[in-house]
Amino acid sequence: MAEMKTAAYICKGCELGTRLDAASLVKIATKEGKMNLVREHDFLCSADGVAMIKNDIASEGVTHVAICACSRRAKTEAFNFPTVAMSRGNLREGVIWIRPDTDAARETTQEMAEDYVRMACAEVKAMKVPEGNQNTGGVKTLLVVGGGISGMTAALEASKAGYKVVLVEKAGELGGMTAKLYKRIPTREPFKAPEDNGIADLVAQIEADANIKVYLNATLAKTSGAPGRFKVEIAVESGSVATEDVGAIVQATGFGLYDMNKLPHLGGGQANVVDQAGLEALARAANGGPIKRADGKEVKSVVFVQCAGQRDTTGEHLQYCSGHCCNTSIKQAMYFKDSNPDIDTVVLFTDLRTPGNGEDFYRSAQNKGVIFSKGVVSNVSASGGGCKVKFKDLILNEETETEADLVVLATGMVPTSGPDLDALSEATRAAEGGDEAAKEQVIQMKSKSVLNLDYRQGPDMPQFKHGFNDSHFICFPYETRRTAIYAAGPVRRPMDTVQAIEDATGAAMKAIQAMENAGLGKAAHPRAGDLSFPTARLEGCTQCKRCTVECPFGAIDEDEKRFPLFNESRCRRCGTCMGACPVRVISFENYSVNTVGAQIKAVDIPDEFSEKPRVLILACENDAYPALDMAGMNRYEYDAFVRVIPVRCLGSVNTIWITDALNSGYDGVMLMGCKHGEEYQCHFVKGSELGRYRMSKVYDTLKGMNLEEERLMDLEVAITDIETLPQKINDYAAKIVEMGMSPFKGL
Amino acid sequence: MSDMNQQMTARYKNNFLKEIEEQAEMGDWVKMCMQCGVCSGSCPTNFHGGWDHPPQELFMMIRAGKRDEVLSSNSMWQCVSCYNCYVRCPRKVPITHVMHGLAEYAYRLGRAPKMQPTLHLSQTFWNNATKYGRVNEVKLTQSLYFKDGIGSGIKKALEMQSMALGLVKAKRLNPMEAIGGGHKCKDLKGIHAMLAKARELEAKRKGRQPA
Ligand code: SF4
Ligand code: SF4
Ligand code: SF4
Ligand code: SF4
Repeated sequence: MAEMKTAAYICKGCELGTRLDAASLVKIATKEGKMNLVREHDFLCSADGVAMIKNDIASEGVTHVAICACSRRAKTEAFNFPTVAMSRGNLREGVIWIRPDTDAARETTQEMAEDYVRMACAEVKAMKVPEGNQNTGGVKTLLVVGGGISGMTAALEASKAGYKVVLVEKAGELGGMTAKLYKRIPTREPFKAPEDNGIADLVAQIEADANIKVYLNATLAKTSGAPGRFKVEIAVESGSVATEDVGAIVQATGFGLYDMNKLPHLGGGQANVVDQAGLEALARAANGGPIKRADGKEVKSVVFVQCAGQRDTTGEHLQYCSGHCCNTSIKQAMYFKDSNPDIDTVVLFTDLRTPGNGEDFYRSAQNKGVIFSKGVVSNVSASGGGCKVKFKDLILNEETETEADLVVLATGMVPTSGPDLDALSEATRAAEGGDEAAKEQVIQMKSKSVLNLDYRQGPDMPQFKHGFNDSHFICFPYETRRTAIYAAGPVRRPMDTVQAIEDATGAAMKAIQAMENAGLGKAAHPRAGDLSFPTARLEGCTQCKRCTVECPFGAIDEDEKRFPLFNESRCRRCGTCMGACPVRVISFENYSVNTVGAQIKAVDIPDEFSEKPRVLILACENDAYPALDMAGMNRYEYDAFVRVIPVRCLGSVNTIWITDALNSGYDGVMLMGCKHGEEYQCHFVKGSELGRYRMSKVYDTLKGMNLEEERLMDLEVAITDIETLPQKINDYAAKIVEMGMSPFKGL
Repeated sequence: MSDMNQQMTARYKNNFLKEIEEQAEMGDWVKMCMQCGVCSGSCPTNFHGGWDHPPQELFMMIRAGKRDEVLSSNSMWQCVSCYNCYVRCPRKVPITHVMHGLAEYAYRLGRAPKMQPTLHLSQTFWNNATKYGRVNEVKLTQSLYFKDGIGSGIKKALEMQSMALGLVKAKRLNPMEAIGGGHKCKDLKGIHAMLAKARELEAKRKGRQPA
């Protein structure tokens, strides 16, 4: 790019002109911001204002633009100049909307605006235009792992959208668990009777689809590369290995059954006791006729035990609800009632959970005479020619029992997501230390791998709660911690076939989006479309490996010389590596230790006697910053002494920013990031957790500086905290005032 | 009917539920209850004590095969037909009617509690109305007042004396009814024939001998 030419634009629309002294802002941008060109405009986002900026870029050769108007989250379509570097000074949501329009407040409000102009000028000068790397790989073929109902649906959906698909199934035929069902829970009106499992139809569609290439009896021997350029080695039964180039992956490897032998008190392992899968097999054998037990006796009475080894509070069995099993028992009870209404069918449940349209299905079963009873089963034992079921009837509040020819246990789903990476790396470490048992364990664990990823961070996707691959139930369900690899179906969370179909469709769409983005050098969720990517100045790198270890998405490998090797298309642009690097050699073109550092330095720090403290707020751009913007939109006021800088994630916060800020006379620093831990809300999964961990180390530094701990404050903010956030800011500012000014001013 | 009383029921099997479905008015709704408890929580009399089982529990007992406890329960007799439960039941179970159906069935089996006031009122009302073709108010009042004997009957009558006089004055009560005068039904024979036919149809529908 040609020589740098900077320009600042001061907007006077949206009452900015009347609330603020624009002339003074122009002066600041010129004198202190040292911008080559400074203009004000009555209405900057209007066609006229935008044309003015475009003209400056085209004919004046402007390369760096500081827009001092509204929040960076507003008017993004108007202020869209992809060829230049751009910063935004947030004078509207960040200043005039959160300050009272009074004479008393005018001075501090103006000071706030002036600082934001200084910061926008300083930031943009430290930025470069992200160029985007289009050479990261443009393969547009989707790999689907698993040929069950989820996998087949994902394959068909991707094909319908015009993409080629490679489908790998480890069994000798397609269909997975659903193919083993006699019938499935109804998926359409009137939701009253079990319906055909639908597999034959899907298989026929797959076979007729020229876009879909199927490998049966096949597993993934190795998956290397990155989004847009994955190379997979597929081991087929014959022992040979096929290679395929794919751009993204959907892992739809389904679930396994919880071993009912772990439930001896419920009869697991006894004769005449089956799990739901076992009953499906009996029903398939009967094919609409009388259902017979393994010993050939016709079943005349059956008891279903819900939540067998599920929703367990003792910690011994599954803690979660598999979601489908109530509807499944309803369906199976109907198998009996439909073949002979005189068969006694009792469903013992504590809460009957019938998601989707299951309520209609439940009613239909009641109509058919299935008895539903609220009760907790304590014991199932052999008795006479069948079983005796002891339980507590929760409605009649008594211990009681009943007899049945057959007992069906509603056991849960166990994910098939491969080995747990944390356990694996621990075992690997022990094995490297010479532990023989650990060596065996490593081999065992690795044999369970599904993807066999050739990633430094392990062979499969990191798991979330209970070993499932669900990343965020509400906000970004399909995202995993491996970019362009999506989990679909019960491997993500327990679900029934209806949900699996929907899930697979969603995952296929996300995978397509990821392939397209990878081809353009753009980021995937949540910074979808971002062209910037991190690079390391390797001359300064000490090979400490923190970036490689901390990257939540496994984007960083090592090159032959053991330097970090960034796989851009795997990168989600969270900046966690940048925050982690102790020697600060990692940066993005438009986001770096300097872009933020320059803003921190640009703020005018009044002296000790001014009674005007300064509080730096580093706010997560995903939740906290929008919440602050929305507080502004609602005109909730907050303190004029704070200066807010959005960050990509708390994980990107380098401790140097905090120590520099405190050293240069800020009176307090507030960090705003998403909830971390089990119930995390962080859009980068681990970012806020890692960031917070790093911050905890800063307290030692504070001690060394003889500063109070309270000068650094970590606040958990959700996007909904719009009303409470201003109060928390004010409380903190008040505390700072009470504590007194920082002794570091003017040093 | 006595063989019905001897019936054995196995726990959590369908036999008693089926019996109720076949024999008790609206009994086929019992299986549709989802045990939410809204009816029990809505019932104004259930909280006053004296109720053996609230409706929800009664329905569960039927499903659990507790034949004796259900048929001898006093609950269906305590129901005052306020229809609170009926309008609130999320499953649209016509609870009030089921309660009446159960009461009637228990009565039919001779399992109704003796000298139960609700039963006595219904019985007296029914006998009176079917006999005269319309309600003979004086005779109905008499038989209710004197149900516990002459002394208490006279006492009650004296207590209500002024109201009775008021009713007579307002032409709401005709004392002649006591001696076969007053309002009469136009076609008593016709009514009796109608009732006989209804009984026959009902019996046929339920597959049993006309009562
Ligand atoms: S830490 Fe974040 S920004 Fe850095 S390489 Fe990983 S995903 Fe990309
Ligand atoms: S964190 Fe920094 S010093 Fe450490 S390996 Fe990464 S780039 Fe090198
Ligand atoms: S309200 Fe209806 S569904 Fe609920 S317990 Fe009563 S009868 Fe059953
Ligand atoms: S109708 Fe009967 S059972 Fe229902 S709430 Fe009223 S009194 Fe209770």
